[in-house]
Amino acid sequence: MYETTYHRPASIDEAAALFAKHPEAKYLAGGHTLIPVMKQRLAAPSDVIDLAKIKEMIGIEATSDALIIKAATTYYDITQSAAAKKAIPAIVYLTSVLGDPAVRYRGTIGGSIANNDPAADYPAAVLALGATIKTNTREIKGDDFFQGLFSTALEDNEIITSVSFPIPAKAGYAKMRHPASRFALTGVFVAQTKSGEVRVAATGASQNGVMRVPAIEAALKANWSAGALDGVKISADGLMSDIHGSAEYRANLIKVMAQRAVEAAG
Amino acid sequence: MSTVKLTVNGKSVSATVEDRTLLVHLLRENLNLTGTHVGCDTSQCGACIVHIDGKAVKSCTTLVGQIDGANVTTIEGIAKGDQLHPMQAAFRDNHGLQCGYCTPGMIMSAIDIVNRHASDLDEETVRQELEGNICRCTGYHNIVKSVLDAAGRMKVAQAAE
Ligand SMILES: Cc1cc2nc3c(=O)[nH]c(=O)nc-3n(C[C@H](O)[C@H](O)[C@H](O)COP(=O)(O)OP(=O)(O)OC[C@H]3O[C@@H](n4cnc5c(N)ncnc54)[C@H](O)[C@@H]3O)c2cc1C
Ligand code: FES
Ligand code: FES
Repeated sequence: MYETTYHRPASIDEAAALFAKHPEAKYLAGGHTLIPVMKQRLAAPSDVIDLAKIKEMIGIEATSDALIIKAATTYYDITQSAAAKKAIPAIVYLTSVLGDPAVRYRGTIGGSIANNDPAADYPAAVLALGATIKTNTREIKGDDFFQGLFSTALEDNEIITSVSFPIPAKAGYAKMRHPASRFALTGVFVAQTKSGEVRVAATGASQNGVMRVPAIEAALKANWSAGALDGVKISADGLMSDIHGSAEYRANLIKVMAQRAVEAAG
Repeated sequence: MSTVKLTVNGKSVSATVEDRTLLVHLLRENLNLTGTHVGCDTSQCGACIVHIDGKAVKSCTTLVGQIDGANVTTIEGIAKGDQLHPMQAAFRDNHGLQCGYCTPGMIMSAIDIVNRHASDLDEETVRQELEGNICRCTGYHNIVKSVLDAAGRMKVAQAAE
């Protein structure tokens, strides 16, 4: 790892002010992506600005309409939250199969979404539930947030402060876990909003990162059941093909994971 | 350079180190606590797991600045004098290690697992919870046996306290 200077600001404003002074800085949350990348020397921020201890960035609230998770809340705290379990159990399930216990103690929802790894779990939930990302300067709709591999609508100096998930009528998540890394070989989040809209997002499948799956949305809109997807064919065009699985394999996984997610959603 | 203050295995420690110092390097190189191992250095294997404020985390993926002020326990800090921690004793009795390289991380994870699952610990849970710890030797079977055995011993030890 190259040399760097560590900062621990006490507030969001202080963090943003530090970034303004050090334009080659990076924000640090759980560090479970950024630190490995710095160790590989693929990132060399002059300064790291730690968001993980900022009190106003930690916590979970549920209203009758939305589950709001502040950005520096750890995965572990999300899995332990009674409010989250009651509001959107599929989010708690997704978190419980993310990484391993040590990763879940440190990793944060804000870090996961800001990083936008093409095989990460949270982007699927954000897209399928139509969540809103709040930052220190604005609100960004989930639909506009993810912009391809590791790229998002965020400015370099922008801080995600919370994610607001509308509470759905039904939601479920299923993923084929990569047996070594636990990332999604393909994961599918299905949701039916309270107004009856069906939204389905797949992660770990597309070469461009998380994506909606219109063919599955249409079939589930007509008939919300796993069986309704039996005849659906997913095209392998644009899907990832690598040592872990071909594009055709992932295309089939999208369907199978969607079926399991619908069963989990009930 | 920054000065960090920690409690390590019950002792106050103050160290002035480069900000890029990882906890595992502070432990091994500055404090000579070489029981904590580096297996992969890519955050995958769990050989470097220690407890930070009671939680089992990867010390190879933690900058010392992130844990300034924290309470750290390593494999060297869990026995009481000559008396092994019940988890250590169970690993020995159940042949839960072969080369021993993964063992410090396994034991620190396993103690955390037992602490979090007071009553509902079964084989499947242990296997799931050990996902972040990789062992190249044992095939895991005796590790799982050790953890289940230790869960019983830790309950008895707690009741006695
Ligand atoms: C062994 C292992 C297994 C894993 N398995 C999975 C898995 O199965 N599924 C999965 O989804 N992920 C997995 N991960 C990744 C993990 O979820 C990371 O924690 C996550 O990608 C990054 O979150 P973090 O809080 O650790 O962020 P960091 O690593 O601290 O930061 C990541 C990036 O986000 C930026 N950032 C962080 N917080 C904010 C914020 N609030 N506002 C703006 N920018 C911010 C940082 O500047 C940095 O660029 C795994 C990681 C490891 C090491
Ligand atoms: S050395 Fe830390 S996880 Fe392998
Ligand atoms: S005992 Fe050798 S790696 Fe686990």
